[in-house]
Amino acid sequence: MTSTTGRAFAGAGSPAPKPSLKRRSSRGSILADKAATVVLWGTGAFVLLLLGAIILHFAVAAWGVVSPSFLFSDPSDSALGGILPILWNSIYMLVLTMVIAVPIGILGGIYMSEYARDTGPLGYVTAAIRFAEESISSVPSIVVGLFGLILFVDTWHWGFSALGGALALTLFNLPLMTRLAEQALRAVPAGERSASLALGATKWQTIRHVVVPLAIPGLVTGVILTAGRVFGEAAVLLFTSGIGTPAHYNFGNFSLTDPSSPWSPFRSATTMSVYIYKLQSEGLGAYVNQIVDGCAAILISMVLIFNLGARLVGRVLTRRMTAA
Amino acid sequence: MTANAIYSEPLIRRVEVAAPRAQEIAPAATAEIKISTEHVSIRYGTKVAVRDVSLTVEARSILALIGPSGSGKSTFLRCFNRMNDLIPGASVTGDVCLDGENVTDADVSVVELRRRVGMVFQRPNPFPMSIYENVAYGPRRRGKNDKRKLDELVETSLKRAALWDEVKDDLRRKSGLALSGGQQQRLCIARVLATEPDVILMDEPASALDPVSTLRIEELMRELREAYTIVIVTHNMQQAARVSDVTAFFTMAEDRAGYLVEVGPTGRIFTRPNERLTEDYISGRFG
Amino acid sequence: MAQLTGAQQASGLRTRPGPLKRIDVPQVAVFLAAASMILIVVLLLAFIARQGIQLFVADHVPVTQIFSPTWQPDPGSGPTSFGILPFIAGTLFVTGVALLISTPLSVGLALFLSEIAPKWARSVVQPALEIFVGIPSVVWGWLGITILVPFLSGTFGHKIVVSLPILGQVFSMPGFLTGFSWLAGSLVLSIMILPTITSVAYDSFRAVPQELRTGSLALGTTRWQTIRHLLLPSAMSGVLTAVVLGMTRAAGEALAVQMVIGNSPSMPAAITQPVTTLTSQITLDMGNTVFGEPWQDALWTMSLVLLVISVASVVMVRMLNKRRMGS
Repeated sequence: MTSTTGRAFAGAGSPAPKPSLKRRSSRGSILADKAATVVLWGTGAFVLLLLGAIILHFAVAAWGVVSPSFLFSDPSDSALGGILPILWNSIYMLVLTMVIAVPIGILGGIYMSEYARDTGPLGYVTAAIRFAEESISSVPSIVVGLFGLILFVDTWHWGFSALGGALALTLFNLPLMTRLAEQALRAVPAGERSASLALGATKWQTIRHVVVPLAIPGLVTGVILTAGRVFGEAAVLLFTSGIGTPAHYNFGNFSLTDPSSPWSPFRSATTMSVYIYKLQSEGLGAYVNQIVDGCAAILISMVLIFNLGARLVGRVLTRRMTAA
Repeated sequence: MTANAIYSEPLIRRVEVAAPRAQEIAPAATAEIKISTEHVSIRYGTKVAVRDVSLTVEARSILALIGPSGSGKSTFLRCFNRMNDLIPGASVTGDVCLDGENVTDADVSVVELRRRVGMVFQRPNPFPMSIYENVAYGPRRRGKNDKRKLDELVETSLKRAALWDEVKDDLRRKSGLALSGGQQQRLCIARVLATEPDVILMDEPASALDPVSTLRIEELMRELREAYTIVIVTHNMQQAARVSDVTAFFTMAEDRAGYLVEVGPTGRIFTRPNERLTEDYISGRFG
Repeated sequence: MAQLTGAQQASGLRTRPGPLKRIDVPQVAVFLAAASMILIVVLLLAFIARQGIQLFVADHVPVTQIFSPTWQPDPGSGPTSFGILPFIAGTLFVTGVALLISTPLSVGLALFLSEIAPKWARSVVQPALEIFVGIPSVVWGWLGITILVPFLSGTFGHKIVVSLPILGQVFSMPGFLTGFSWLAGSLVLSIMILPTITSVAYDSFRAVPQELRTGSLALGTTRWQTIRHLLLPSAMSGVLTAVVLGMTRAAGEALAVQMVIGNSPSMPAAITQPVTTLTSQITLDMGNTVFGEPWQDALWTMSLVLLVISVASVVMVRMLNKRRMGS
């Protein structure tokens, strides 16, 4: 343990007068720091201002347009026209997709959180699932739509159908739903599982009666967030559920197989996002801008509702679960 | 602000801290005072963490702050380089002077202060860079980019930190994170030395290390004392007894505020402490 | 291993499970649900690949032809040429400029959120970002058409911005005939990918241990110096991951881009000129073509190219992350 004393310290801590005041040295770096702080605050302000501007723009643009008659009448009912069938389609597609995607997603999330192993032979499967998750998330939405085109529209001869669109949307959003479900389940403390198992319950009983109930806030949040994504999607639906303008829906026709029934999944179903795309590309009619503005305003409002709703519901549920 | 009313119990007696008496701290009449603190109190929000501490630190000496956990030693240590500023809600009252200048003044450059008063932490925190870049980090930020001068500075600092021989062949290729715990701590010391400070603060520098590394660090401290003023916080009394010239004993009052019980030359503190509390702590009756 | 119910276990430590109980239904069900994603990827690749090679296999178009800059798919207008280079170039350039604009802004925003913003500011900006994510791409495209494009072509608010120092130069470039252009596409994309890059970069900044920042500040550096010389280098692979994910998102965006980009199927000439991307051409043409004809097969080939790009970027991200773990 040789140390270089004596000579190494020559000149250190000299009794020479110290730099007189601590101010003024390193002024350059302090200025740079202040400038950087301002610029970075600027980015935050930019985002808020931009969002505010967008919301304001649509609020103003859609002011005279969005009204109960707009929402609940058909496109041909007046000069401006309504969007009832299209609004119906958006909601219908949302519900249909979620009915398929949520159970699969939650079950998949349960597997990834409770059963999946990272080592051993099954570990390869887990790795493959994760790779698949990331891959599907990266695939462009239009390509998923095209896949739906080949499979549902052409190969299985469904033509443009709501079911095809819902399945395509499910494929596209499954990674998100699964990942959110997995996160919600992982957030449940390990102690809860241990306690249940120690009482003699089986793994599945533990999952069903302890883990899942405790994960409900996170799961609900995940469902709402996924729903928000599904509601606004267009590229996936363009080639699967079609782009025609429905004239009128007879809601009294409850048949599930009759293609003219709005309750059937085997008919084409143009949603609001697809409708916007269609209108702006065709540009026919005097009121195209207003209709699109109206639809866009509704879409943004739904995004806000879903987003804030997810946060609120999550918070309320967590509070009820932990405070009670 | 003062803690008068709180202590009614005989077990916890408020101690009047004597104004630092020159003859008690250093026999030489021309002792150079490096740091002085007067009536320093530190609050986190409304909670008082440290109450009314006044003491001085002589240049080129080692002051050890000892006492049980929660007695405010580390918080007090952080006043010297104003690291408490980084804690939201922290406020410091009283005077803290480095070479006679009050560091709590509003127009003091904190950046410059921290260059002159360096700090080594309990857990080594080397940057994810090469050993060379770790040591050169401080000087580079001050604009020293001359390769030759930097090389010299890095070598000197590593030698003074007793790490040079072990790493001199791998300076640029090996990451700071690839060293052992003891080596990492010495790297952190070298990193501080490279900023050419006057004072080195060490917050339990060896508590995360194995006994052999600990002894090496202690030996290093004694060497560094020749050129630097050192203040260390330690919960290891034997370490304080081995290494320091002056020892200050802190403890926690009933209201959980830390305060200074007694300060004096290490030899005296450990053999003939003035205060009962000090004696109790040193003989292991509490803490 | 079969799962015995709690009661069965309680009644005796060894109970022989009946034949049906050997299949643990719940475990199989959840496994299938998760593994379905593997099936989806395989099917995606298989179907798109099968359609994608038809151009070469069934229509006998030489593979080298797709790298030509000439796109003339309509046999009625003369000899056909299925060169998709203009679209590949379009995707690359539009994405590239979008990244150029978005990356500094996004990384800056991520730094703001992780290093500078007090809690109240974070609690306002983070939800704002989440809302940004939720805005449908057709709405971004519509904003592009109604506000950005007229602006670029000089019909709207132009004079004000043109007088600004740097931005003015950009926006007063000659040649914005209609406003539908490469720049319009890049601008719209840059805002669309901002939340993506920001959130991944933010996570990687937060992953840097606080004690490193403390160590740097204790050496007498400013916060910005700590960010620039310690934080950014340490989080670099995370930031690069963020950029790659942003790039993937930008390259894959179809509708918003198609709405503002002008759709001229020739090689990108200038940033003020209309261009086309792989996604926008597919979107435009697919509805007008017939299944099986070479024109549509070429579109499928383009889809295959997109699919390959996206899977390649997943691999790239994984490699970047492996480096991060290794260091």
